[in-house]
Amino acid sequence: MQTSNLIAIDEFCAKHDVELSFITSLQQTGLIEITTIEKAWFIHIEQLKELEKFIRLYYELDINLEGIETINHLLDRINIMQNELIMLRNKLGIYE
Amino acid sequence: MDFVDYYKILGIEKSASPKDVKNAYRKLARKYHPDLNPNNQDAKANFQRINEANEVLSDPEKRKKYDQYGKDWQHAEEFEKQKQQQSQSQSYGSQAGGGFSGGQSAGDFSDFFESMFGGGGRAGRSGRQPKYRGEDYTTEIHLELIDAYKTHKQTLNVNGNNIRITIPAGVENGQIIKISGHGGAGTNGGPNGDLYITFSVANHSSIKRLGNNLFETVDLDIYTAVLGGEITIDTLDGKVKLKVKPETQNGTKVNLKGKGFPVYKNDGQFGDLQVTYSIKIPTNLTDKQKALFEELRNSK
Repeated sequence: MQTSNLIAIDEFCAKHDVELSFITSLQQTGLIEITTIEKAWFIHIEQLKELEKFIRLYYELDINLEGIETINHLLDRINIMQNELIMLRNKLGIYE
Repeated sequence: MDFVDYYKILGIEKSASPKDVKNAYRKLARKYHPDLNPNNQDAKANFQRINEANEVLSDPEKRKKYDQYGKDWQHAEEFEKQKQQQSQSQSYGSQAGGGFSGGQSAGDFSDFFESMFGGGGRAGRSGRQPKYRGEDYTTEIHLELIDAYKTHKQTLNVNGNNIRITIPAGVENGQIIKISGHGGAGTNGGPNGDLYITFSVANHSSIKRLGNNLFETVDLDIYTAVLGGEITIDTLDGKVKLKVKPETQNGTKVNLKGKGFPVYKNDGQFGDLQVTYSIKIPTNLTDKQKALFEELRNSK
């Protein structure tokens, strides 16, 4: 299996000074996905941005996991609504 | 360059304790943190301001200098000399205030800060040196509808670097595209951030767009509407000849398949162009013309 786009979680945790339990908690709540290859855990590079965001929220803003889950859900909704707003504005442009 | 009141920014008194500074900062950081305010430039600017205020007020050395010379920042050099004399044998080991990264670069400080403290020195959380992705950059490209009709190249200047990008035909107003690795440099060997480009497509033409479909209202004289004929209309792709059926009613819609807007990243595919006829009643008729219309009316 190709691993070039995967980041080893133990290495990530060591470099970022993040507890492994935090990463597994994120996985358990469905906020990130962990790939297991030969008993080693990896995250896909595409998830790095989100993972770093969760780390900032948790360690820097002292927001607990439940809070992160809620925020993530609300940010997703904001994103959907923003896209909808753009679409509706474009639609309105036909009648202007 | 204006004086920046860091106490006012954090909403605290000058006598505030380090704990008060921390609490005030944390509260405001939760309000303005870029992770919680995506694509909000006002929040980003506020976050940078409170981060800068915290950078100074949470560091005893910087706070002392700021309190002493804040309003007279031009004389801060004297402070530096004084400090050097006092601390020849001392090692301060001062620690930065643990400012939040917020996924942003540490270099966003005001001229006032740069002048007093010589640039940002935020250590990140707990002063650790983790590998981090670089900051994501965002920018806007303004296009006219006709520009978005054809694939073309544009050169962008992002933080002093020229990036030549290809803008595929069919980009939508408000669409965001990601250019991987063209954001800020990663810290401590981390990957670069990404560049996000938001397209703002203005439309000053009479042709309206919705997705890949175009809508155009075309004036039609009453004679062609009644008797039928051929007209030429302007489209984004040039002129198109249209056959008009006899007895065409006002508001009749005609769909021209494949004459609409290009489908984004689907070469050769186009939406449709919907033409609506707006029949124009002639004005300033001559006596003869009026008589002819009269004759028509009486012939019913």
